[in-house]
Amino acid sequence: MVKKVNFGRTNFNTHLIQIMSTKDQIREDVTIRFAGDSGDGMQLTGSLFTNTTALLGNDLRTLPEFPAEIRAPQGTVPGVSSFQLQFGSREILTPGDECDALVVMNSAALKANLSLLKKGGTIIANTAGFDKKNLSLAKYPDGVNPLEDGSLSEYEVIKIDVSKLVKEALSDTDLGYKDIERSKNMFVLGLLYWMYNRPLDSTIDFLQQKFGKKKPEIAAANINVLKAGFFYGETVELFNSRVTVKQAELQPGEYRNITGNEALVLGLVAAARKSNMPLFFGSYPITPASDVLHGLAAHKKFGITTFQAEDEIAAVSSAIGASFGGSIGVTSSSGPGIALKGEAIGLAVMLELPLIVLNVQRAGPSTGMPTKTEQADLMQAVYGRNGESPLVVLAPKSPADCFEMAFEAVRISLEHMIPVMFLSDGYIANGSEPWKFPKSDDLAEINVAFEGPRTDEDSATFMPYSRDERLVRKWAIPGTEGIEHRVGGLEKEDGTGNVSYDPDNHQKMTNIRRQKRDNVAFNIPEQTIDQGVTSGDTLVLGWGGTYGSIRTVVHQLRKEGHDVSHAHLRYINPFPKNFEALLKGFDRVIVPEINDGQLVRLIRSEFNIPAIPINKVKGRPFGVAELKEAIESKLAAEIL
Amino acid sequence: MVETLIDNFIKEHEADLNTLPKYSGKDFSSDQDVRWCPGCGDYTILKQVQNAMPELGLAKKDIVFISGIGCSSRFPYYMDTFGMHSIHGRAPAIATGLKVSRPDLSVWIITGDGDSLSIGANHFVQLLRRNVNVNLLLFNNQIYGLTKGQYSPASPTGSVTKSTPYGSIDHPFNPLALSLGADGTFVARAMDRDPKHLKEMILRSHQHKGTSMLEIYQNCIVFNDAAFELFTDKKSRPQEAIYLEHGQPLVFGKDKNKGVRLEGFTPEVVELGDNFSKDDLWIHDENDKVKAYILSRFFDQPQTDGEGELRFPRPFGVLYADDRPTYDEGVNAQVEYAKVHHGDADLDVLLRGKETWVVK
Repeated sequence: MVKKVNFGRTNFNTHLIQIMSTKDQIREDVTIRFAGDSGDGMQLTGSLFTNTTALLGNDLRTLPEFPAEIRAPQGTVPGVSSFQLQFGSREILTPGDECDALVVMNSAALKANLSLLKKGGTIIANTAGFDKKNLSLAKYPDGVNPLEDGSLSEYEVIKIDVSKLVKEALSDTDLGYKDIERSKNMFVLGLLYWMYNRPLDSTIDFLQQKFGKKKPEIAAANINVLKAGFFYGETVELFNSRVTVKQAELQPGEYRNITGNEALVLGLVAAARKSNMPLFFGSYPITPASDVLHGLAAHKKFGITTFQAEDEIAAVSSAIGASFGGSIGVTSSSGPGIALKGEAIGLAVMLELPLIVLNVQRAGPSTGMPTKTEQADLMQAVYGRNGESPLVVLAPKSPADCFEMAFEAVRISLEHMIPVMFLSDGYIANGSEPWKFPKSDDLAEINVAFEGPRTDEDSATFMPYSRDERLVRKWAIPGTEGIEHRVGGLEKEDGTGNVSYDPDNHQKMTNIRRQKRDNVAFNIPEQTIDQGVTSGDTLVLGWGGTYGSIRTVVHQLRKEGHDVSHAHLRYINPFPKNFEALLKGFDRVIVPEINDGQLVRLIRSEFNIPAIPINKVKGRPFGVAELKEAIESKLAAEIL
Repeated sequence: MVETLIDNFIKEHEADLNTLPKYSGKDFSSDQDVRWCPGCGDYTILKQVQNAMPELGLAKKDIVFISGIGCSSRFPYYMDTFGMHSIHGRAPAIATGLKVSRPDLSVWIITGDGDSLSIGANHFVQLLRRNVNVNLLLFNNQIYGLTKGQYSPASPTGSVTKSTPYGSIDHPFNPLALSLGADGTFVARAMDRDPKHLKEMILRSHQHKGTSMLEIYQNCIVFNDAAFELFTDKKSRPQEAIYLEHGQPLVFGKDKNKGVRLEGFTPEVVELGDNFSKDDLWIHDENDKVKAYILSRFFDQPQTDGEGELRFPRPFGVLYADDRPTYDEGVNAQVEYAKVHHGDADLDVLLRGKETWVVK
């Protein structure tokens, strides 16, 4: 049961959701996709629909997809921006493979997205986007209009001249053409709210907060258009039926909707507060990590300092400088930026200082596909530095999980004086899901102790690289009397920290740094089985953003009687200490990844088992059906 | 209001400046053997920095030296202060992170012409533009020493080095003009062979609030010996070097018989005597940026010995000093303002966000 709280100040039409005509059909889950030109506001439309849906108590997952260009050529296929979400009354872990309804604001959007629509699905098309000019921009052959030529006969097509209806809805306002055009997306949103029985309150509240004070006429216009869309659905009865999706049976508690990058920001702030430490964030803007900088910059009152550096190297270097002075040093980027930071991360490994490196992965080498997702930086995280340079690698499994894993990244880095790499990806970062957020009191304290001052009576010289039984050195910060010392990137003698080129010392230090990293395994949870049994025929092993698809597929396979279990790695380097035994309890280990085979190689080389890869690199997450098919084909093969 | 462990640490560890120990230069010497080549100019600079330290009026524990890579960058290992020998070119970025997060510390950057004018040139100009309150000592020997003798971005065109057997093609950087162009607020020059003046400039660097850029001509005895001999040799120095003093006329020469005057924006070397007196000369004004830029261009004078010629001398001393708000102050003021004015730092409110729902 869901009780609404904080539902917004206005209560417009909330009663509508309780009206269910006989035509209403109840569905367990629905996938819809908004698609339009990158100037059509599809991301905002999708986010608002998501918020409303979350507040109704559905479980959900989202997938925003947009071009890297801010305004790619208008009306063209590369300029199409889309937002997909799946919501339901059951557990929802993926944004859905194929959609039930596809909103297309122009012909390019149809062209780019039609393959993602189920047979028999609904297309809601803005006919104004299918005029001669738009059809030609979308490269339809001369004289061909897919809305008119019968090619969409397998679908339910709802044709609406949104531009015209919006113009009429706003005929008594003084708004200019541009402002009127810009509110088109609200009409569509209103219509979708009608189709799926959603209230308008949360969106009206948003519009009033965003424009109410500065541009009340814009707020009023958008609200009018939103309502116009809703009433249009009610009046015209274009649709076969309205769809109702009941509340999901989530665990009891208070929820909010959250994206991965938002959760990451909150995890860092929470870790700073629970350690009572200042957090210094040095960063350089890069897609899809920039939202972390934006988010943290707004939280200065929590003792957060953000520094937009001149480049990736300065960003990580400034974080190392801050860490030397006793702050939580954090830097963020995506793959290309992480490559630039490599030398400095090696310095932090040598200095043995805390450093958190956030990598929100994107697709491809070099610049690749900045707005598309991939998991291909795992090897870079584990090995991608000169020399033997061991550090800790963690990976969140979902948007909300970014909170806990960011908190863990800070905890481990501070407790072990070691750099930690946090591997998120574009899918997790921009995707969203309901989050049962914790209370501050439920979060563990992180204890930090700096090396204390030494007066003249303490005769022994301070040893900056003396270690405890876990091989962790003390955090000795400037300003502390009697412990003046030097650190650096040159190989050092253990204990004193003095420069040393002694061959045996280098071997010793290499061993120490590796062992120190390995010791982190004693301070992380053991690997659990997400679904299934702890030993048996087949284990599907995943990491990062593939969680939802794997969980959904394994659930289906188990229902069908297969002996398949699912484990999801969140602590990748070092592996949890029970990990090897767990893997060896299965006859077959299948590793699906959005890369060309990286975790699978780590597993094979580390544990000498013939792990089986399933790989895809298309800039998109695994669809449930394609992953199921791929796993089934592996299951059909004989175990070697 | 959020008070972190570091806020408390700074309060608890604040040095009592009235009871500071009477330091001598030796107190700043670490237990490490100094490993520069015999006769290297770095030795004098190390000595003068160590000699200047007791005069800063700071506790040793509050001083940090950060260097990049290169011969000069071994420097922090020889100072008995906090120190970090970091990676090539990045010392300004590391120092920025340190100073912003620990404004209570006195932060010194040690760098060379390779470290800060090529691989780290971006960080060098950004540091100056932001005006982070740190001191930067740029050891300029116009050569790559640690990699054994390739030309640097400060080497004169035509330099014959290991990597330029037919002479270098590159036009060299003018470090002071570059610093002024980056809107540096303290731009000065000294040389290893005039320790007294060098120490004076080190102290001036410390006194300036903002980024202090002190270029130090430093002789590399192995790969670029005598690069600055014209200015450092006691015989030619009066003729070839001019020591700037705020409010004083630009006078130089063996018998103080030459000066520089300004005709509009054009500088001119004149002989004092029948036609010109000191009253006709350019009076040095450290706060005048336009004149500082003209002074920085004296660098364009070819370095050839031509006694008796009316040629521009190389200026030493403070070319330019100006007050501009520092970056670290600004950043911390924003954080403090947010702590006071942006409501309670309530983690639960943050975690809850704006819209929530309850599942029973």
